[in-house]
Amino acid sequence: MDVQTLTYLIVGATFALYIGIAIWSRAGSTKEFYIAGGGVHPVMNGMATAADWMSAASFISLAGIVSFTGYDGSVYLMGWTGGYVLLALCMAPYLRKFGKFTVPDFIGDRYYSQTARTVAVICAIFICFTYIAGQMRGVGVVFSRFLEVDVETGVYIGMAVVFFYAVLGGMKGITYTQVAQYCVLIFAFMVPAIFISVMMTGHIFPQIGFGAEMIDAAGNGTGVYLLDKLDGLSAELGFSQYTEGSKSMIDVFFITGALMFGTAGLPHVIVRFFTVPKVKDARISAGWALVFIAIMYTTIPALSAFSRVNMIETINGPESTGVPYETAPTWIKNWEKTGLITWDDKNNDGKIFYTNGEKNEMNIDRDIMVLATPEIANLPAWVIALVAAGGLAAALSTSAGLLLVISTSVSHDLLKKNLMPDISDKKELMYARIAAGFGVVMAGYFGINPPGFVAAVVAIAFGLAAASLFPAIIMGIFSRTMNKEGAISGMVIGLLFTASYIAYFKFINPAANSSENWLLGISPEGIGMVGMMVNFGVAFAVSKVTAKIPDEIVAMVESIRFPKGSGEAHDH
Amino acid sequence: MSFENNDKAAGYWRENLRLVLSLLAIWAAVSFGCGILLVDVLNEITFMGFKLGFWFAQQGAMYVFVALIFVYVAKANTLDKKYNVQED
Repeated sequence: MDVQTLTYLIVGATFALYIGIAIWSRAGSTKEFYIAGGGVHPVMNGMATAADWMSAASFISLAGIVSFTGYDGSVYLMGWTGGYVLLALCMAPYLRKFGKFTVPDFIGDRYYSQTARTVAVICAIFICFTYIAGQMRGVGVVFSRFLEVDVETGVYIGMAVVFFYAVLGGMKGITYTQVAQYCVLIFAFMVPAIFISVMMTGHIFPQIGFGAEMIDAAGNGTGVYLLDKLDGLSAELGFSQYTEGSKSMIDVFFITGALMFGTAGLPHVIVRFFTVPKVKDARISAGWALVFIAIMYTTIPALSAFSRVNMIETINGPESTGVPYETAPTWIKNWEKTGLITWDDKNNDGKIFYTNGEKNEMNIDRDIMVLATPEIANLPAWVIALVAAGGLAAALSTSAGLLLVISTSVSHDLLKKNLMPDISDKKELMYARIAAGFGVVMAGYFGINPPGFVAAVVAIAFGLAAASLFPAIIMGIFSRTMNKEGAISGMVIGLLFTASYIAYFKFINPAANSSENWLLGISPEGIGMVGMMVNFGVAFAVSKVTAKIPDEIVAMVESIRFPKGSGEAHDH
Repeated sequence: MSFENNDKAAGYWRENLRLVLSLLAIWAAVSFGCGILLVDVLNEITFMGFKLGFWFAQQGAMYVFVALIFVYVAKANTLDKKYNVQED
């Protein structure tokens, strides 16, 4: 069978599986819709969290980014895993003990204020929309290459599938679908990585092969270590050293921080810890989530290094002078059709050549690295089909999780808790479904009119989360004196500071977006960590000069600090 | 209040904070420390074919993160039992 048929077959089978699960586990109450009835096993929850977490950006773009930037890519690897330590140690158990449905629920109750709740809802919706914008674009990329349909048609198909199981199944449907999606995506990611690791270094574990000696076609050691080879190639072609990167240390520091603290402030991740039965389960399920994430995240840099060497060698040939276009590997021609690779024969020698600077003839979109890797390494057709299914699983699972937070924010936080407190459970559920439907349409719009690089857009969402929700939640748990005035002003100023810094450099004056114009050399991607400090600072200053918090709130803070009596998640 | 008295409550929280802060110190040391601030120094050392600083940034920090959470879970559960505030 050819790649095309296999892809249709495997993608079709996974979609049928997701929809089957959605029908089996459809939600009947708001509790099931919002938090899956609060009865998800911690390992399952960890797996679902991991699938929710690993978006199209992780699956499709991240290895490409690390591959093209080397050490600089570490900010994403450490940033997107380190946040789970904060979640497990500082947030998950306490929020589970608190025992309501959403992040704005916590902020609204802890800061005894409708305004605080509304600010939190706005932050949550803002963050989720920024984040989801990147997802549907991933769906589009996969569809356009592997199913050879228009990006638009691809996005419509993706929208229809997500709509079906998010709207029907709610959190319950999503959680069980995500367990299946995790299995699909991790299998799809590991198979090519292991294949390549064995081919290039003879090690089954890519994490070890990554540092090992390379082998030749006959399986004998060449005496050259992969990373030394890569540093050598980079130097030869005028790139910065693969293992050293080119970002300044302060920028690497702040971007990593913004991603870590942002992770711990993302509403669609936090809400996961409301879905388990006990405080104990909330702790351990953060651990399982990180295990499942780390399996992929420790493989990503290995795959990046392998595919970088492979890519340079297949394009530039053994003499490093380029290979004739006619004999160029088919993957180059396949991807040229999508416009994600372009070749410009500057010196008219009929050869393709990749290097840094003027002489470069190949323009390669980073987003294709993972998807093209099986083709670059000549892996069997079913592996290529599998990777397509994995990319779709990653994009769909994250979109569904985000949609759920958007719909919960609208139906629960905005309508039920603010505008129409008297609506029945059934009505609320209906509004949640309408809001999810609306969210799908918005996501589809962004998928068809994509706002740039998948991972870069997603990175902004983290900055906003780090600067707004993270400090409010941390202070809500660890401070007995933080009052509503402090928390609200902290959130508002943190969010405005971060959003305006990003907006200035990304949208208003992109020409100025270079390190000499940045505040202390911190890029827009890393400014969220500064925003977080601003938030903390403002909140403490304001709380010192405003009223003390009521006694019953102090009692509530004390009661969430130990597990006993957690009970079921409840509404009132 | 589920604690026998206020001293117990304060003691539980103090021990909990000490646990969390010491684990977070390791968390920061492997990522911000070894992976970023000290990366150039550690890159002088070779570890399993990697420059050590680079290894921390792309592999080691993540392994430590996973271990930290499991250590925390075990210790926090023990602490709950010690003060008799675990769930039934």
